[in-house]
Amino acid sequence: MISANLSAIFYLVSGVLFILALRGLSSPETSRQGNLFGILGMIIAITATFLSTDNFSTGFLFVLIFILLGGSVGAFIAYKIPMTAMPELVAGFHSLVGLAAVFVAISAFLNPEAFNLGMPGNIKLGSLIEMSIGAAVGAITFSGSVIAFLKLQGLMSGSPITFKGQHPLNAIILISIIIIIYLLCSTQSSNLFWILLLVSFLIGFLLIIPIGGADMPVVISMLNSYSGWAAAGIGFTLENTALIITGALVGSSGAILSYIMCKGMNRSFFNVILGGFGATEGSGNKSNKEQKPVKSGNADDAAFLMKNASSVIIVPGYGMAVAQAQHALREMVDTLKKNDIKVSYAIHPVAGRMPGHMNVLLAEANVPYDEVFELEEINNDFANADVAFVIGANDVTNPVAKTDPQSPIYGMPVLDVEKCKSVLFVKRSLSPGYAGIDNDLFYKENTLMLFADAKKMTEDITKNL
Amino acid sequence: MEIDPLIFRLSIFILSIFVGYYVVWSVTPSLHTPLMSVTNAISSVIIVGAIIAGLSGSSDSVFNTSSIFGFLAIALAAINIFGGFLVTQRMLAMYKKKKKDK
Repeated sequence: MISANLSAIFYLVSGVLFILALRGLSSPETSRQGNLFGILGMIIAITATFLSTDNFSTGFLFVLIFILLGGSVGAFIAYKIPMTAMPELVAGFHSLVGLAAVFVAISAFLNPEAFNLGMPGNIKLGSLIEMSIGAAVGAITFSGSVIAFLKLQGLMSGSPITFKGQHPLNAIILISIIIIIYLLCSTQSSNLFWILLLVSFLIGFLLIIPIGGADMPVVISMLNSYSGWAAAGIGFTLENTALIITGALVGSSGAILSYIMCKGMNRSFFNVILGGFGATEGSGNKSNKEQKPVKSGNADDAAFLMKNASSVIIVPGYGMAVAQAQHALREMVDTLKKNDIKVSYAIHPVAGRMPGHMNVLLAEANVPYDEVFELEEINNDFANADVAFVIGANDVTNPVAKTDPQSPIYGMPVLDVEKCKSVLFVKRSLSPGYAGIDNDLFYKENTLMLFADAKKMTEDITKNL
Repeated sequence: MEIDPLIFRLSIFILSIFVGYYVVWSVTPSLHTPLMSVTNAISSVIIVGAIIAGLSGSSDSVFNTSSIFGFLAIALAAINIFGGFLVTQRMLAMYKKKKKDK
């Protein structure tokens, strides 16, 4: 058994390694090394925990068994999961962190002596506060992530679920959580502890159901942040530096990602969280939609346009992920490149269902990352490009965000696709996107609509090139 | 008067938030998905709490209500640790630079 001081130093080292793991992600070259730092940090933290216990009895054997059990499930999932399912996977993983935090808190509440926190019914006040916050945030993370997972997986409708009195109800529940924690700390009653967990599960569920599918990037980032704060709460309870550092890192990471996503939609965090976006708007727009003329074409026309272009910009969106068109797309681009056509990719911050979703899919299809550009980097290039190929994106290209102050997406940064000499728009129908509004781009003089499944259309174009 | 150790932990916490803030802003947007999966993996360091909980039983009775929750938490955290790091590794291996000869 090693001393408490030595194990504290080990935990500090693993905390530092976790910082380096995130630091590595500043560029793809250093990222793989960063991941190894993360793994090393985890090994050190677990080893330090083993060494600081003097209980190498049968219990220890079971610890190893459960690690191997969970580890093999995790490894199996990690190798089997298709890249398009990454948002669901991340949401699912968040729910597990949340639930693990809840379980650790329950265990510490039932048996505080094992953690040096006092006796059952007489837990140190500070520890009890930290424990209840960790447990409540963990429970919210769990049920919220489960709903996010179900929505992303399509097991639950992606459209917002709203009802009357939703916001006052949520507010009452949130206030009651604070009151319950206060009462729990003054009475140490175990019934209150269970009620706290139940109510926290409930509010996690209620908070996520009104948020629609395309707002999921914000939701996932937010839950990412919550899982960090839950870990930090438990870290304070256990007086463990590695957990406190990690919790703070993950918490701020998720918060920054939510901020970036909200900015990408020009909406405030509260606007997203209160939900219901896209549920009511759009009904007024539907009536005049049919009257405007639309130019539609086939794969042959598209191939002709692209063959005569000297530069093409590809704008992928969630539709590309749904149609699994990334490989077909890269094949098309390879053919274009053989004809000396310059091709680059333009990624909107909120394209897809999670931050960086499109980048991962393109990377999977072997698209070199130095051909993929963020909105600010590439937006000025549209004016000089010959063809914009929009595949599965919609709202993020809508020029109405720049022109119509009445529009729900007004002010949202959009890709200046309309500045291209011609625009090819692969879409299954003229239906409006998530924001429930019509896209003016469909009716522009230089737009050619390609009504088809994204993957099939891309393959057909390649054949015609 | 001695300073409560809680203050030290709070200092570590606050400073780590700032470290996290600057480190995460420097993450390139194209790696935001791996960022989420790796933060997921590292937040599962909560397994250290779960291990303590799992070992809280005595040598004659390994399982009591408290340790059972500990064991369950170990399994959940282990799924995340292995799953999170491996899927991150898998994703990062896909990010390649342009080949010159193309």
